[in-house]
Amino acid sequence: MKRIFSVSVENRFGVLSKVSSLFARRGYNIESLTVGETHDPTISNMTIVSSGSPHDLEQIEKQLNKKLDVIKVRTFKEEESISREVILVKIKYSAANRSEIIEISQITKAEIVDTTDSNMILLLCDTPDRVDKFIDMIRKFSIIELSRTGTLAMKKCK
Amino acid sequence: MNGAELLVKSLECEKTDVVFGYPGVSICPFFDKLTGSDIYPVLVRHEVNAAHEANGYYRTSGKAGVCISSSGPGATNLITGIATAFADSIPLIVITGQVKSEHIGSDLFQEADIIGACESFVKYSYLVRNAQDIPKTVKEAFHIAMTGRKGPVLIDVPVDVLLEDGYEFNYPETVNLRTYKPTLKGHSVQIKKIINELSKASKPIIMVGGGVKLSGSERDVLEFAKKHNIPFVSTLMGLGIGRDDNPLYIGMVGNNGSKFANKAINDADCLIVAGARVADRAVKQPDLITKDKTLIHIDVDPAEIGKNAGPNIPVVGDLKEVFSELNKFEDKFDFSDWVNRINTYKMTREGLKESTNLYVDPKEFVYSLTKRLKDDYVIVTDVGQNQIYACSNFVSLGAGFVTSGGFGCMGFSLPAAIGCKMGDPDKNILSFNGDGAFQMSMAELSTLKQENLNIKIVIFNNKALGMIKEYQHLKYNNNYTFNELNGFPHFEDIAKAYEIDYKECHSNDEMENCIKWLLKAKKTCILELNVDRDAFTCMNI
Repeated sequence: MKRIFSVSVENRFGVLSKVSSLFARRGYNIESLTVGETHDPTISNMTIVSSGSPHDLEQIEKQLNKKLDVIKVRTFKEEESISREVILVKIKYSAANRSEIIEISQITKAEIVDTTDSNMILLLCDTPDRVDKFIDMIRKFSIIELSRTGTLAMKKCK
Repeated sequence: MNGAELLVKSLECEKTDVVFGYPGVSICPFFDKLTGSDIYPVLVRHEVNAAHEANGYYRTSGKAGVCISSSGPGATNLITGIATAFADSIPLIVITGQVKSEHIGSDLFQEADIIGACESFVKYSYLVRNAQDIPKTVKEAFHIAMTGRKGPVLIDVPVDVLLEDGYEFNYPETVNLRTYKPTLKGHSVQIKKIINELSKASKPIIMVGGGVKLSGSERDVLEFAKKHNIPFVSTLMGLGIGRDDNPLYIGMVGNNGSKFANKAINDADCLIVAGARVADRAVKQPDLITKDKTLIHIDVDPAEIGKNAGPNIPVVGDLKEVFSELNKFEDKFDFSDWVNRINTYKMTREGLKESTNLYVDPKEFVYSLTKRLKDDYVIVTDVGQNQIYACSNFVSLGAGFVTSGGFGCMGFSLPAAIGCKMGDPDKNILSFNGDGAFQMSMAELSTLKQENLNIKIVIFNNKALGMIKEYQHLKYNNNYTFNELNGFPHFEDIAKAYEIDYKECHSNDEMENCIKWLLKAKKTCILELNVDRDAFTCMNI
């Protein structure tokens, strides 16, 4: 079972390590983790995507709440959330496949953000599963470098 | 004032009267400013003992124990003691010196990332960046250590922060932590559910754990049990709450507990767990415990509820608050038939005494000794067979029972006994040790002499690591490897070296006289028991 934890924490040094070590120590899985400052500079928000049994997920929430640097834990399923990921991928292209790559970019709404005569960088911001699909589509090209942010998520307004 | 002085003044504001510690270059400014303070420093012989002594100090005084060491090896030596305290939810304030702020991270001489190393067994930790933050940090640390689920808090102070000068001392009056607000008051709906459940139950039982002691709710829990005639059992950490002259008290549960206490739990239809973790050693298969009974779990730590067994009625709150609420209900039940039935499970000790006279029977020894002890005594056990002998033959008639339950840390007894004595000098302290564990801690005899303390030390000497031997008997087909201790040292000579009174008890015949000698002793003394190297603990009555 997949679960998203949106965790407000004190914006202090060492807090990221305290939270991530909690996952490591108790054998919980982290699929992705993103951190950034919020509109209040004393608070950071972490979006952690984890998976496990319902018992594990309940324990994760409780253990996160127990951490003294954690202000609030919100937890929700993927379908209850608006979630996005950003991916950057550097591809080596040739005259033969250049138009196909551009076509894929147009279909997936990826942006070509940098080019030279042999390499280009594509950027896509989309839901995690569409980012997965995008990777599948470009896998056949020669990928030099790929980097994705991990999920950023917020519970829907209802 | 400099940072060190702010630290001393802050501890004084928290009414700290004793600190346990060891000096070193990076913590020297603190000990320098301790001169002239009313805080009494106890110089240990190894830093781990500073943490164990602070642990023992809390157990008898009820105040957070303070231990202090230098940076690097001094700090890392504390770790086992911090983890021991964490596993039993014991409040400690651990202060470690650190290298100069500007050098942190450069692998300087005697530098260790103690905060990183301790992350998983402190309740919270601080690296102090400015001297002016010291009073606020200390205030918060004591608050965090002593409230909610108690535990150790680490304060790491770089030496330049201790030496930073020119500050006025202002101790904050209140703590304001937006991230830390433990739930103390139990939810009224949940509390009402407990009463409802009792109205349906015919065989309820209460399991009291260490949390009952930690929250100081012994009286409230006993009052609740008495009001409705509900029988109760204890975990290892709860020993001492129930007294053997109370017909409602059934005994200790768990794989080292009594058979009848375990049977009582199995037969019950409603189990109220109060301040216990439903841990692996107390309940064999925690996930099966709810199979044929309603489980009510009361704990101040929400993460403990449902961790090992899913309760039907979870109640988050401080036990003292919850039980005093429960005692306000006018509903009154009577389960005396059930109590009478359980009492028929109980077995007497008749015929259990070992017939051989070549050795001292350790079970009989614990029984004969502890049945004489009232509430002016505290027993401190180590870990290993002596702990099992102690907990399963302990006659509870008021004496306190202190042990390292969660972490099972060998070498705990002697330093913890020193801490217990410092925490309450009026108590008589008995320290139980195996010959293995005692060799881990016996350097503390020197501290004990230096502080001129009176502690009654018992060494169960079977010249082997008995618990391991027993395990090898059960699981490794009697392949007794790596557990022989060859009979050295001669503890009589050790006692002589420290000018401590000594007596050996060779056999059961001498037991009575030796116990009398031990209890009468006016100074620290060592009683060595000649225990059969093949004696096993596996006797659950």
